[in-house]
Formats: sequence, structure tokens, C-alpha cells
Amino acid sequence: MARVVVDVMLKPEIHDPQGEAVLSASHRLGFGNVTEVRQGKRFEVEIDGTGEQALAAVEKMAHELLANPVIEEFTVRLAQ
Amino acid sequence: MRIGVVTFPGSLDNSDAARAVRYAGAEPVPLWHADRDLSGVDAVILPGGFSYGDYLRCGAIARFSPVMQELVPAAKSGLPVLGICNGFQILCEAHLLPGALTRNLGRRFINRDVTIRIENDTSAWTSGYAAGQQVTVVLKSGEGAYIADEQTLAGLQARGQVLARYSGGNPNGSVADIAGVVSEAGNVAGLMPHPEHAIDLLTGPAADGLGFFTSVLKAVAVA
Repeated sequence: MARVVVDVMLKPEIHDPQGEAVLSASHRLGFGNVTEVRQGKRFEVEIDGTGEQALAAVEKMAHELLANPVIEEFTVRLAQ
Repeated sequence: MRIGVVTFPGSLDNSDAARAVRYAGAEPVPLWHADRDLSGVDAVILPGGFSYGDYLRCGAIARFSPVMQELVPAAKSGLPVLGICNGFQILCEAHLLPGALTRNLGRRFINRDVTIRIENDTSAWTSGYAAGQQVTVVLKSGEGAYIADEQTLAGLQARGQVLARYSGGNPNGSVADIAGVVSEAGNVAGLMPHPEHAIDLLTGPAADGLGFFTSVLKAVAVA
């Protein structure tokens, strides 16, 4: 059994209204030195198999399901 | 003429879409997300709503439903398909249409009448309109901002695949004011605002939207 972490973020050129809302809220709350916030998603996937094999399977799943490659990019790594 | 209207768990506008089909003079055929055949319909509408709760991304789960496994190859073979709002999101997630729909620029859910300008008057769903015609329909979406990369956008515009643009101001940040796009073959269309809510002055701001549903009858009759 492997645990694989997938981080999904909007591509840098895609506008992120949620991140902007968090940015403006952070300023209102006194975190005035915050200059940018981008909001993304994190998935923790448990999968039968180990190492490279599990990683490859989840990478395929991330490409087809967890992320939309038109607007998002993702990274896949084995959890410690 | 029989036009299928798919209901996914979380669909909202299937009844209004079926009503628009009836107003246009065709028979609406209810299809269920778990159906494994399309009941031999002549065209399909994917209605608005929040299929599967919009979990993961709008339309991302609906794309993998059994009915979509039938619809995708049928659409690629020429079956007319119209995705409205959430249906448009599903068509983009299924890669039947290019680009994607993202959160409105102003972050707020928008619920108001809008005027769109018909750009493509030859598609299966818009042949009853004239290019440049202004049509009043209803926009109600939180993730309605259409985006596509520059190359895709240039291709869409060069091939006449922009179905309609917002007229009199861009409500949600859609690139190039795009309200809807159509496949290169002209049979698969996606539209963010709702024509099915604007088919009768009793219940909508105009009857302008009916043209989408009468257009497809003509397209099917010719095919």
C-alpha cells in the first residue's frame, strides 16, 4: 500500500479569484505584507502497490481525473 | 423528432429544457445519467445545474457517467448535442469542446438577463438566427468564465467556432466575451447562459431562446 500526494494548482496564467479573495482578506486582517495568494487542491490517494508503480498509476489518474490539464498543473509524490 | 434531455444527480434545468423542446414542436425524451443507451434520440441536451454536486470540478464527475460513454462517440459521429451552463462545463471536461470554464472574475454568482450576439448562424443549434442577431437569455452561474489558451482561441475564431458573445459588457470575465462555442463540425455546442429560460414571456425575459431548439429540428430534418 502506498500513499501518494497530488497537488493541483491553476496554471500561473489562469486568473484565481479565490486566491485574490484570500489576499484581500489577509490585508484586512493585518497581514499587510502578503503580496500574493494562489489557491489549489491537495489529494491524498491510497493505492495498492509500491513506489514507482503506484506513482505512475496516480500520475495517470491525476492527468485524467484529478486535474484538468487545460487550466491546471499538478505534481505527484510519494508521502513519507 | 425526439430530443433527449439528460438528468444527472444535481441537474436543475432538465424540466425547462424539456419544456423548450416541447415548445419547439419536438418530443423530449428523458435520459438518466446511468443509462447505457441514448434511446435512439435525434439530438441531446445536457442541462444546467450542479451535476454530482460540482465535486472536484464542475462537470468533471459527470463526464465519466455511463450515459456520457454513449454520448461522446455519438457526438463525434455527428449527433447534435447542446450543453447549457453545467452542460457546457461537462462538454469541455469531456473534451468534446475546447477550453474550460472557471470562476467568475468578480467571484459572485451571477443571476440576471443578458444579451448575447449570435456569431455563428450555421451550427445545428443556431441556424435559425442571423449572424449579429441580439438575443436576450438568462445567465445564472458561478463558474461561467470561458477560457482557452491563445492558440486555441485563435483557432476558434479563425474557424468560426465562436457561437455567441456577450453583448453590452462582459459579465464574468470570459475571454473575448465568449458566451458559447461550437465544435468544428458544428453539431456540438456549449452555451453558458440559458436559452431554455427565455422561450415564453410568461416565465422569462423574452422568447428569443426558442431559436436554439427550433434550429436543431431543422438540422436533424436535413441530416
